[in-house]
Amino acid sequence: MIAELGHFSLVLAFVLALVQGILPLAGAHRQAAERDDGGWISLAGPAALGQFMFIALAFAALTALFVSTDFSVMVVAANSNSTLPLIYKISAVWGHHEGSMVLWVLILALFGLCVVLFGSNLPTIFRARVLGIQGLISSGFLFFMLLTSNPFARLVPAPADGRDLNPLLQDPGLAFHPPFLYVGYVGFSMAFSFAIAALMEGRVDAAWARWVRPWTLAAWCSLTLGIAMGSWWAYYELGWGGFWFWDPVENASLIPWLVGTALLHSAIVVEKRNALKSWTVLLAILAFSFSLIGTFLVRSGVLTSVHAFATDPARGVFILILLVAVIGGSLALYARRAPTLTGGGLFSPVSREGTLLLNNLLLTAAAATVLLGTLYPLFLDAVGGPKVSVGPPFFNATFLPLMAPMVVVMAVGPFLSWKRSDLSGAFSKLYAALGLAVLTTLAAWYFHRGGPVLALVALLAAAWLLFATLAEFADRLQLFRAPWQESLERACKLPRAAYGMTLAHAGLALVIAGATGASLWREEHIQSSFPGNSVRVGAYEITLEGVHQLKGPNYVANQAQFTVHHDGRRVAFLKPEKRVYSVSATPTTEAAIHTTWLGDLYAVIGGPAKDSDGGGSWITRLFFTPLAVWMWIGSLVMVAGGLLSLSDRRLRVGAPRHRKGINGGRVAA
Amino acid sequence: MNRKFLLPVVIFAAIAVAFAVGLTLDSKRLPSALIDKPAPRFDLPPIAAVNSGEPYGSGFSSRDLIGRVTLVNVFASWCGPCRVEHPQLMSLSRDHGVPIFGINQKDKPEDAQAWLERHGDPYLAIGADTLGRISIDWGVYGVPETFVVDTAGRIRYRHVGPIMPRDITRTILPMVAELMP
Repeated sequence: MIAELGHFSLVLAFVLALVQGILPLAGAHRQAAERDDGGWISLAGPAALGQFMFIALAFAALTALFVSTDFSVMVVAANSNSTLPLIYKISAVWGHHEGSMVLWVLILALFGLCVVLFGSNLPTIFRARVLGIQGLISSGFLFFMLLTSNPFARLVPAPADGRDLNPLLQDPGLAFHPPFLYVGYVGFSMAFSFAIAALMEGRVDAAWARWVRPWTLAAWCSLTLGIAMGSWWAYYELGWGGFWFWDPVENASLIPWLVGTALLHSAIVVEKRNALKSWTVLLAILAFSFSLIGTFLVRSGVLTSVHAFATDPARGVFILILLVAVIGGSLALYARRAPTLTGGGLFSPVSREGTLLLNNLLLTAAAATVLLGTLYPLFLDAVGGPKVSVGPPFFNATFLPLMAPMVVVMAVGPFLSWKRSDLSGAFSKLYAALGLAVLTTLAAWYFHRGGPVLALVALLAAAWLLFATLAEFADRLQLFRAPWQESLERACKLPRAAYGMTLAHAGLALVIAGATGASLWREEHIQSSFPGNSVRVGAYEITLEGVHQLKGPNYVANQAQFTVHHDGRRVAFLKPEKRVYSVSATPTTEAAIHTTWLGDLYAVIGGPAKDSDGGGSWITRLFFTPLAVWMWIGSLVMVAGGLLSLSDRRLRVGAPRHRKGINGGRVAA
Repeated sequence: MNRKFLLPVVIFAAIAVAFAVGLTLDSKRLPSALIDKPAPRFDLPPIAAVNSGEPYGSGFSSRDLIGRVTLVNVFASWCGPCRVEHPQLMSLSRDHGVPIFGINQKDKPEDAQAWLERHGDPYLAIGADTLGRISIDWGVYGVPETFVVDTAGRIRYRHVGPIMPRDITRTILPMVAELMP
């Protein structure tokens, strides 16, 4: 009954999405031609509200089915089990293709609702167009779900028990990683809808940029958090001490992040300087397009293992049609309308705009590189070439060289003034930062002898970015130059967006430092140990005390106990586990991590070693990953910066209304 | 119209065409270097005796493959997809009379025997490849995999992953019929 109710809600939501997608757009078109009294336009709001309510109902129904473990529903039987803990029964709602699509459209509808609730400062026709485009996207997705991936399909006869959730997903880090990722992906749909609406009206101006920026910023914060959570999960769950594997799933989230970051910055140029308009619109379209390609291709498994397309061609064809309609259609509209978006502000290469544009190009080039590496195996397969996989060497060799100049420019950019600037003035303020960065690198080299030269270069870049960012902040406050009362006064007056930038840039510096330490300086010891044996890892003495069996709700595990000594003092107990989940018989690794500011001690227990040496010994893997914690701290600092910038007064109050035709960017017909 | 604004849509069109071509390819079909080559020579022992019982059958060697069209199926009791595939193997052997040989890869004898008792035994004979050495000679990539071997003992087709019901009618049976002398 609940399943049928959920299914029916989805059908109603689809109908409302169609109403929201068609009538307001048609009404806006008619009203622009002064043939309508606004009746059709006013449908947009109620339709968005209704659509959200029905999708929320469907989502609640699916959640109820999972919580009550109703195995007569196919997705519950395939992804849950009676012994599954409640929290994972809930996270199992989106732990598979069908449910994740429901979450996707729920978030999409929520954003639509937010436009209705918070978009009262938008011009009526523009708002109707934005909602209309949201409605079209939503109806495409709902149609896809209803035709090919109905989450409420029944299974007759119902099995006695379910096949259990993929054990890798039974983890708090991963349980709540998809919702954040999806808020990020779907949040870019707002920038997309704003861009398409602007192309329809042929007008992009400062007010437009001011509307787009908060939505993009919110999406960016969520995506950053989602990616960081995913990386953190990979770090502690996969048991190899790695945090980024250049896997297609990860790349699919990184590409929209890179483009979205570029969009955030170019929107500033549109807002402040009325330049880079068509470029910003293109970025807004691309950010969402990559989110779509990412979610769909990964979800349907076309990249990792092309199985999903092969087993369900209907789903694949539908996905492709949807992608072509949304992305192809919007890019075609862009090709037609973008030439009319003439920019106003001219600027010299050495200026704030110049550096923002340069970093935009570097970010998009990096995104294109990751895209190429991710899709290359597919392309090669499509032209009948051999089967290949593109791995970390490719990405390290192409992505990192693009990031290095970006970091350099990103440190200098904020010192430059708009329009025209001189580099020598900026550099004169950066001597101190450069000196401190070199000192930090030398100190790191002194305390951590050995390791690749690349590590020192990357650390120099991180330190340079950190100190330059702090220097820019100090420069704004006139710190150490003016009396401290004046600095304090300046600090109070500084807009929150400025604090946001400082935090976000400093956060990135911390992430780079952490990633460098954790990958290039990582120490790794793999051995077979008897209880009582000790291994020296970094400055620590780690002793295996013993291994015993324990039983969880839906798994059995071997748990090892390690004691960690540092300078003869016991500092920690580590208890890694090797679990075997009963239903799927899949083993998972639960690493035990002792975190310090300088690095993580990371312990993993493998299986018992070969019987040949008498038995009783265990394979243990011990890692020391220097600076790892700074990756997570840095990510949080970046998100905090984004949120602070989001709370800036400028974005809350709403831009002054723009009168038509004032910018000269309006299309004649 | 300014040409440079057309670039994004042109690039996307290229990507979309690649996706469309990718859709028509069955990427499960991994080409095997051994196609049309004689099957590797081997002599596998039967699944070993459990407790005080008898060994399971009499083993499986490359000589068994000569003179008839056969399927060689690599399976293991620890492999989930094998469970999915098993009804199809039962149907191939029982309903269609196709001779199937099994290579039981890296399995414990008691697990393998329990598996065959519980789910049925579609195999004419089974060889125990406890170390996985013979599977490597066959170029096995993962379990399950199935090979179609012709009357002269040459490998003619390789199926990666579980055989699904539609694979029986679409590929396996036509292939077997075509190779019949």
